[in-house]
Amino acid sequence: MSIERVLPSPNSLEAAADPSFETSTVALGADRIVVNLGPQHPSTHGVFRLVLTLEGETIVDAESVMGYLHRGTEKIMEEGTYIQNVTLTDRLDYLAGMSNNWAYSLAVENMAGIKVPERGEYIRVLFAELMRYASHCVAIGTFGADVGTFFTPLLYTFREREAIMDLFELACGARMTFTFIRPGGAALELPEEFYPACQRLLDDLPRKVDEYEELLTNNEIFVNRTKNVGVLPPEDGIAYAISGPVLRASGVNYDVRRAHPYGAYPEFDFDVVTRPEGDAYARYLVRIGEMRQSIGLAKQALEKVMKTKGASSAKLSPFFRPDPGEGFSRIESPRGELGFYVVSDGSIAPYRAHCRPPSFINIGPLAKMLTGWKVADVIVILGSIDIVLGEVDR
Amino acid sequence: MSVSLRLGLPAPEGKLPEDWGLLPDEQARVHGKIALAKLNEAFAWARKSSLWPVTFGLACCAIEMMAAGIARYDMARFGAEVFRASPRQADLMIVAGTVTKKMAPAIKRIYDQMPEPKYVIAMGGCASAGGPYINSYSVVMGVDQIVPVDVYIPGCPPRPDGLIHGLMRLQDKITRGGKAVGSEAVSAVTAT
Amino acid sequence: MTDASPLSAEQIHERLAGRFRNLSFVPARAGVIASTIVPADQLVALCQMLRDDQALRFDYPADILGVDYLDYFEVVYQLRSFTHGHDVTIKCRTDREDAVLPSVTSIWPGADFQEREVFDMYGVTFTGHPNMTRILLWDEFEGYPLRKDFGIPAPMPAELELGVSYEH
Repeated sequence: MSIERVLPSPNSLEAAADPSFETSTVALGADRIVVNLGPQHPSTHGVFRLVLTLEGETIVDAESVMGYLHRGTEKIMEEGTYIQNVTLTDRLDYLAGMSNNWAYSLAVENMAGIKVPERGEYIRVLFAELMRYASHCVAIGTFGADVGTFFTPLLYTFREREAIMDLFELACGARMTFTFIRPGGAALELPEEFYPACQRLLDDLPRKVDEYEELLTNNEIFVNRTKNVGVLPPEDGIAYAISGPVLRASGVNYDVRRAHPYGAYPEFDFDVVTRPEGDAYARYLVRIGEMRQSIGLAKQALEKVMKTKGASSAKLSPFFRPDPGEGFSRIESPRGELGFYVVSDGSIAPYRAHCRPPSFINIGPLAKMLTGWKVADVIVILGSIDIVLGEVDR
Repeated sequence: MSVSLRLGLPAPEGKLPEDWGLLPDEQARVHGKIALAKLNEAFAWARKSSLWPVTFGLACCAIEMMAAGIARYDMARFGAEVFRASPRQADLMIVAGTVTKKMAPAIKRIYDQMPEPKYVIAMGGCASAGGPYINSYSVVMGVDQIVPVDVYIPGCPPRPDGLIHGLMRLQDKITRGGKAVGSEAVSAVTAT
Repeated sequence: MTDASPLSAEQIHERLAGRFRNLSFVPARAGVIASTIVPADQLVALCQMLRDDQALRFDYPADILGVDYLDYFEVVYQLRSFTHGHDVTIKCRTDREDAVLPSVTSIWPGADFQEREVFDMYGVTFTGHPNMTRILLWDEFEGYPLRKDFGIPAPMPAELELGVSYEH
């Protein structure tokens, strides 16, 4: 079923600026049309574009066009110092700033041999797990909005996200772009009011996850729209380098926190949530399960933080020069396996800083996953993969 | 006739056209202009109280825009709740996020598709002037290089209250009769 | 994973060196990752062995990236095995003027987007790739940004480059 590409390439700027591009009629065959989805569309995943070829109502081909948010982060990172670059990592996966900070800091620490004090490691786990909960709040809320529940689950999940953002603001002053986890540990000391506030919140959260489940999990319309939709077989998942909740929902037990343990995770007790089905509903259930696990992990981490005294960060000069070398890191971000590869030439700025983004790689099999479905299912499948364009495009 | 009346602005308080020694048909024209001015005020009030933004979140600022729309900060109180997906049904474009050169033609196209009167808010550092990506090869240094901007909101990202403050400044601008074609840009200072 | 037997980097290299000449091994030390360097003409055969050999079974292409080392480009492949649970780093070098490497998309479909990104940023062409076009930048973009000789340009007004303008 080869389709002659008669249209200009969707990746071309000239074609995009030409007003007749979208409305030109193209002879593709009697019953095939090309539909453009994006880059501006109401599903709040960002500026992502899909060019779908439909035969009747069914999709026969899908081409992903990305790069509408490509800002040249990796090039700019070669100009800034190691600590300055932490601010840029926040803006990559902007829903999980703490995880990005940690991945980059870990790569720099692996390269330079920096040892993070114990308290710093526990603080990192605490914030990363709170971040995971907050990120899944957005994922589930917007997934509900995609499926058609409009804003109701979004309002509930954002209520908790706001509470977590308040905690983060208490700790580091920012709601979204933290720059809190830096090479060496955590940037600032936690204020006294943080601990009781965090404890109160963590006691509250399990009940809230029950509320989200009450709204969505057994909702007949939600189940009908997501069950058996967009199935990803596990062999495809592995061959396409999928990671995170998407892979775990296909039955593969791969969590970077267990496979490549980093930080203080070996001391913590948690389960890896997997489901065998591999459809959009399974991915939703995996995220709900992970939210519950995150609450448990955060509670353990908070206890350890309160018990451990000492510095939360190794002392590093803002212009520190590591020895020439390379380092890489792998962490489990809410979207999947996030990694950084940093090369140093002995100067104050990295020679190369590369981000391995889970969202970019998770949309690899999108064309395969979308074939045979209708346009409405495209939104559901894309929403269940949970991509963040800041990461895809960097 | 006074200059202000010729421009169509409301007549000074407490002075009636009858006192100015005008001929009856001139008086009628002046009354008509005052009525028109009052009507303009009414239109301005209607426009500012129901600004419908087009969903145009590009990057991180989009999340704070979403946060401004949900229950805690609630832009619906200001009439800006209904985010329209189609630009043809919207009158406000909140450019929230980094504008890249690849996205620029799409932004221009969406701005052109919006019917008049239309307003643009540049939310965040990237949309205002390039933000942290000032040295990038693929970023447009501020959306005002492509579309005229009415209000700039600094911040990276600005807090949801900052966005609402910018929205209120835009409402003030509409009340004052400021045109949507960027002759004066009002900058909203936020807490971040 | 009943027969999972993870190997160390040295053992993996020994197994590979048994079949391929001209491989070199960089052992791990502080600030250096253990890696195997393979010449470009043996890359596809090596990756085939990495995937299919019973003791290696690398089925997960975790990361493919490029680095510009001024004299040459280096493409780093980080692979993982889900069966055995071990990892390996493969590096392959190519010159700057004629940067061509064979594509491994036929072995791991997950290499598709990653190789396109290396092409987009460095200009390394991967022969045998199903769609060797730019992915993050637009088609008409000239130059390859992450090369060291691509200077960061001074900010230019967009209308001069795009031909886009607006009326006040």
